[in-house]
Amino acid sequence: MRISPTKFISLLFFIFSVFYLYTAHQIVVFTFDENAPFNARTFPIYLGWAGILISGLIIILPEKIKIEVNHKHLDYKSIIYLILISIIYGAVILKIGYFLSTSLFLIASYYFLGERRWLWMFLLSFPFVAIFMFLLHGVLNIYLRDPLLQYLGIIG
Amino acid sequence: MIEGILIGLNTALSLQNIIIVMIGCFAGTIIGMLPGLGPMTAIALMIPITYGFDPASGLILMAGVYYGAVFGGSTSSILLNAPGVPGTVATAFDGYPMAQQGKAGKALAIAAYSSFAGGTISAIFLLIAAPSLSKISLSFRSPDYFALMMLGLTAVSAFSSKGQFLKAMMMVVLGLMLASIGQDSLSDISRFTFGNMNLSDGISFVLIVMATFAMSEALTIIFRGKDPNRAAKQISLTELGSIKVNKEETIKMAKTIPRSSILGFLIGVLPGAGATIASFLAYGMERNYVSDEEKEKFGKGSVHGLSAPETANNAACSGSFVPLLTLGIPGSGTTAVMLGALLGFGIQPGPRLYQTNPEIFWSVIMSMYIGMVVLLILNLPLIPYIARILAVPRNFLIPLILFFSITGIYLMSFNNFDIYLMIGIAVVATFLRLYEFPMPPLILAFVLGKLIEENLRRSLLISDGSFSFLWDRPLTLIILLITIGIVGWQIYRSLIRK
Repeated sequence: MRISPTKFISLLFFIFSVFYLYTAHQIVVFTFDENAPFNARTFPIYLGWAGILISGLIIILPEKIKIEVNHKHLDYKSIIYLILISIIYGAVILKIGYFLSTSLFLIASYYFLGERRWLWMFLLSFPFVAIFMFLLHGVLNIYLRDPLLQYLGIIG
Repeated sequence: MIEGILIGLNTALSLQNIIIVMIGCFAGTIIGMLPGLGPMTAIALMIPITYGFDPASGLILMAGVYYGAVFGGSTSSILLNAPGVPGTVATAFDGYPMAQQGKAGKALAIAAYSSFAGGTISAIFLLIAAPSLSKISLSFRSPDYFALMMLGLTAVSAFSSKGQFLKAMMMVVLGLMLASIGQDSLSDISRFTFGNMNLSDGISFVLIVMATFAMSEALTIIFRGKDPNRAAKQISLTELGSIKVNKEETIKMAKTIPRSSILGFLIGVLPGAGATIASFLAYGMERNYVSDEEKEKFGKGSVHGLSAPETANNAACSGSFVPLLTLGIPGSGTTAVMLGALLGFGIQPGPRLYQTNPEIFWSVIMSMYIGMVVLLILNLPLIPYIARILAVPRNFLIPLILFFSITGIYLMSFNNFDIYLMIGIAVVATFLRLYEFPMPPLILAFVLGKLIEENLRRSLLISDGSFSFLWDRPLTLIILLITIGIVGWQIYRSLIRK
């Protein structure tokens, strides 16, 4: 038996809602709030039941509009690269600072998307990020944490 | 009143104040285009500068920044599908598809005209009806707000579901679940944080909207890059199109603008409702008004679909000044920041503001209107240049969208966890979009989640746990009956579909 993607996603949401409902029941409320008409767990319990009901209906009822996706046309390779680069960017941004990590993230993303015009890749990374940082940090006075530039004495 | 208007005009039309409003509009547009920096942030950034001016000029600067930021937010919604603030989410529904069809210039022009018209009509309402409307807005109680928000969620699910109402409702529940993460607003009890301190403040709106709109849109473009149909669509992204609006489109806008202005203004007057609900409701209402042929175009670049939320969100911005100026109650986050600024000037907004500082009351109202005129004059010639963002090749544009999204989050928290969370939500959203699970209901539910819980809590506590509050007040009952009608209609439609 083949389950349609929509029903499979709904099944996942059904399981998630059951977990959500279970966790909602575990929320510890103040003793004097236990029997109150509304406490911190009331709304989440309603939501858990609503999730179970709606996803259950999608699973049970016949699917009138079928969504077909041709997986041969999906570019898994590029998207995995982009997500990995984004995760690495998130991991290093606090350590090596905003300027360097963002510029390297942009260059790596351009490269993995097939770009090879190095001059443009450079212009739209280091100088672009520098201008952007100047706008935020210098003009709008929005604090940008960058240990590297602070160490070099470029920003205060 | 005429005397007051003249006092206001006299103050607002001085050379110094015109220059101030122009600078404010320009700065607001630039700040509004940056992800995560909406009108509230823009005004907050201006507060220290305004203290260098007299109160009237300071408020004029803030009014210019306010409208500029709203327009800037619409620009990024239309061009990049990256709404920086909740009020411009509905603008992206038809604005972005229009830009994809090579009509970016036209979409921006329609947004500018609609915003201007919505602002103009609501400014007139503000002049005439401000005192009496503030009394009506105070008559809204928690059950009415709860019902109004349920109506908003149902309406947005109905119009964005494309015949798959249950899918849209599932996204509503998911949005409400995400909003429930963090500390309970009344008791401060942690919910669904699993001991993680990063979640104790909940998930920020900017994170959710960047993940589900901007980032997942960028990932979807790459993901479907090999799809021959999608590739053909991308070619048209390089076309900017004309900013001229033809006769047929003008007629469509002329029909949409009055009704969306009225709705937007009235919703804006209600404390807590604001531009977001106004824009979503206007979009839903407009879809019900147009012909079946036009209805099919919604979500694919409809003029009505773009004009309605743009008109309504600007009208609601003006409307939100009613409770602020007449009662001293800020109706939205942005007006709350403005209240802070007014108090900083030593001005206490409220019923006595008319008597004690008439020049401030009227000059704020007049400068809001002048701000809109300046915005239109400034931004229309700039549209072809702003729209050139779309001509940036895909290999550069996608990383830049990712960069803006991640920067928006980084600026807010300086926290790796938020970046990982955003990437995770964006990946899930990309797969959900692939199978046509709509994102707008999720966003609106997330925005309204806390407010719905608040109002449900108050209603249930007042009625001692009984659900009779749903039918005790005629207003609540009427709003709920409309909601039930929409749900019933959607179920009926899905049953009769072959």
